[in-house]
Amino acid sequence: MSAPLAPARPTRISLAVRDSNTMLRRNLLHARRYPSMTLNLLLTPIMLLLLFVYIFGDVMSAGIGGGGADRSDYIAYIVPGILMMTIGGTVIGAAVAVATDMTEGIIARFRTMAIHRGSVLIGHVVGSVLQCIASVVLVGAVAVAIGFRSTDATALEWLAAFGLLALFSLALTWIAVGMGMASPNAEAASNSAQPLILLPLISSAFIPADTMPGWFRPIAEYQPFTPAIETLRGLLLGTEIGNNWWIALVWCVGLAVLGYRWSTASFNRASQ
Amino acid sequence: MHRETALNAPCRNLCGMTTTTSHSLAIAAKGLRKAYGDKTVLDGIDLAVPSGTVFSLLGPNGAGKTTAVKILSTLVTADAGELHVGGYDLAADPQSVRAAIGVTGQFSAVDGLITGEENMLLMADLHHLSRSEGRRRAVELLERFDLVEAAKKPASTYSGGMRRRLDIAMTLVGNPRIIFLDEPTTGLDPRARHSMWGIIRELVSDGVSVFLTTQYLEEADELADRIAVLNDGKIAAEGTAEELKRLIPGGHVRLRFTDPAAYQSAAVALREVTRDDEALALQIPSDGSQRELRAILDWLDAAGIEADELTVHTPDLDDVFFTLTGNSNVPNQPNQPNQPNQPNQPKETVR
Repeated sequence: MSAPLAPARPTRISLAVRDSNTMLRRNLLHARRYPSMTLNLLLTPIMLLLLFVYIFGDVMSAGIGGGGADRSDYIAYIVPGILMMTIGGTVIGAAVAVATDMTEGIIARFRTMAIHRGSVLIGHVVGSVLQCIASVVLVGAVAVAIGFRSTDATALEWLAAFGLLALFSLALTWIAVGMGMASPNAEAASNSAQPLILLPLISSAFIPADTMPGWFRPIAEYQPFTPAIETLRGLLLGTEIGNNWWIALVWCVGLAVLGYRWSTASFNRASQ
Repeated sequence: MHRETALNAPCRNLCGMTTTTSHSLAIAAKGLRKAYGDKTVLDGIDLAVPSGTVFSLLGPNGAGKTTAVKILSTLVTADAGELHVGGYDLAADPQSVRAAIGVTGQFSAVDGLITGEENMLLMADLHHLSRSEGRRRAVELLERFDLVEAAKKPASTYSGGMRRRLDIAMTLVGNPRIIFLDEPTTGLDPRARHSMWGIIRELVSDGVSVFLTTQYLEEADELADRIAVLNDGKIAAEGTAEELKRLIPGGHVRLRFTDPAAYQSAAVALREVTRDDEALALQIPSDGSQRELRAILDWLDAAGIEADELTVHTPDLDDVFFTLTGNSNVPNQPNQPNQPNQPNQPKETVR
C-alpha cells in the first residue's frame, strides 16, 4: 500500500480505487456464492441472544441492577453486546477468506499483474466491513423482532451508533486479516480468530462488569469489547457512557493500525 | 570438469550479445543470484531470451527453475543481478514489467470459488478493459480454449487440464508480450499435454516470447528454440536441442535377454559392449542408421546370438540431462522400444 508503486505514477489513486473495487466485487461474489460461511458465523450471536433472553432471561435480569428489572429490560441490556459479538464473529470469515486466498495460486497471479498492490487486502477489508454491517442489521432485526426497542435515541445518536459499529468492524477486520495472513491455512485462521467471538463473553455484554470478581473486573472493563458495548448501550438506551467512548475510539484506532501494519507487513514479506 | 567449461561456451557468447543488443531481448539476466539463508538457489546465472522465441529452462526438481520464474516475474526479489524483462529494469520498474508479462505457474492460479467466466471477467477488470471489451476477450478466449461449456461452472470443478487451460486463458486476457510458463504440463495426462503444446506453439506464432520451465526433456525438445539446463543453481549448458545433443556421446543398440545363460554367452561373444548385468542387457554403440543396424544384425547372426528384445536408442535430451545433472545412477536408456513421439516416456525415466 505504501512503497511498492512507482511514486510518480499519476493514476495511482484511481488505480487503487478501481482495483480495490474489483477485488471487493470478487469477495462479495464469494460471499454471495457461498453464504453458508457467513450465515454460520451469525448463528452464535443469534443463538446466544435467544438463549440468554428466553432461557436465562428471568435470572439474568435480576443481575442487571435495580429492583423490578424483567426480561424486556434484559433484552435491552444484552442487545448492544450481541451486536458487537456479531462483528467479532463475522470477521472470522475475513480471516478464513484471507488465509484461503494466500494458499491459492491466484494471489501469485495478482502479484505479477500491474495492479495496485494493496487492492487484494483492501478488497477483503471493505468486503468484511460491509458483511459486518449486513450481519449487524440482520441480528438487529432479530432483536427487534423479540422486543428490543431503542429508547429515545436521537438521529445523531443513531448516526454515532452506526459509526461506532462500522469503526469497530474495521478495527476487528484488520486484526482478523492479520490473523489470516499469519495462518498457514483456513482451519488455522478460523482457530486463531476464535477469540474475536469469545472475547464478548468476558465483557459487559451479558452481565455488568461490576458484578464480576474484583480481580477480573479490570480485564473485563478495559478489553476492547466492554467500552465499545457500553458506548453503544449509552447511544441506543441512554445509559451512562462516561469515558467509555474515548477508550472505545482508542481501541478501534489502535487495533485498526496494528492490524493494518501486521497485514501489510506479512503481505509484503511473502515476496522476499 | 573440462567438459563443463566447454559446455558453458555457448552461454558466454550469448552473454556478450546481451550487452550489445539488449533491446531485442525479451528477457535478459546477468549474474542473477538468489539465496535463502545459506542455501544458494541461483548462483549467478545469465539468461538471454530473444523476442518472439521460446526459451526453456530445464532442470530436475529443486534446481531453481521456479525461483528463476518468480524473480523474473516480479514475485520475488533477487539478491543480485542485472535483470531486464521486456526492456524494463526489474528492480527499478517492476510495475512496467508486470504490464508486459503474463505468468502461468506450476500451481494453477485460478479462483476456484467462482466460475471460469467470472475468472476471465476478473482478469479483464484488473487489466482495466472496458466492460464490452472485457466480455469480448473473455468469450473469445473461452472459445479458443474450449471452455465454453464449462464457463458457467465453478473453476474448482474443472479437471486438471481444464484448470490449466483456464489459467493460460486468464494470462492471455491482458495480451502479454512475454509469457512465463512454469511447468505448464506437470500433472497433465498425455492428451492434455499435447493440447497444451499446441497452445504454446500458437502463442509463439502470434509473436509472443515464452519462458518455459519444464522437467520433461521432450517438452523442451518439442517447443524450445533454445534450452538452458539448470543444475544446482548454475547453467550447466545452453543451446538449441541439437547443439545440446551433440555435446554428449552418441546412441546405441540395446539387446535384452531373459535367459541369463544366453546373456552370459552373448556378453562373452560381443566383447565391445557395455554390460548391464542386472537388466541382462547389452549396449552396442551405434548411430542408429540403417547401414549400421544391418551390420550389427549380421554380426549377431554370425555369432549365433538371439536377443529377446532389440531397441535402437538415439541420443536425446535425456542423455544430455543425465550427463549434465550428474544423475549417473539413473539408467539412461528406456526399457521399451524407443518411441520418440510418445510424450510419456521421458517423464518416466526422469522421475
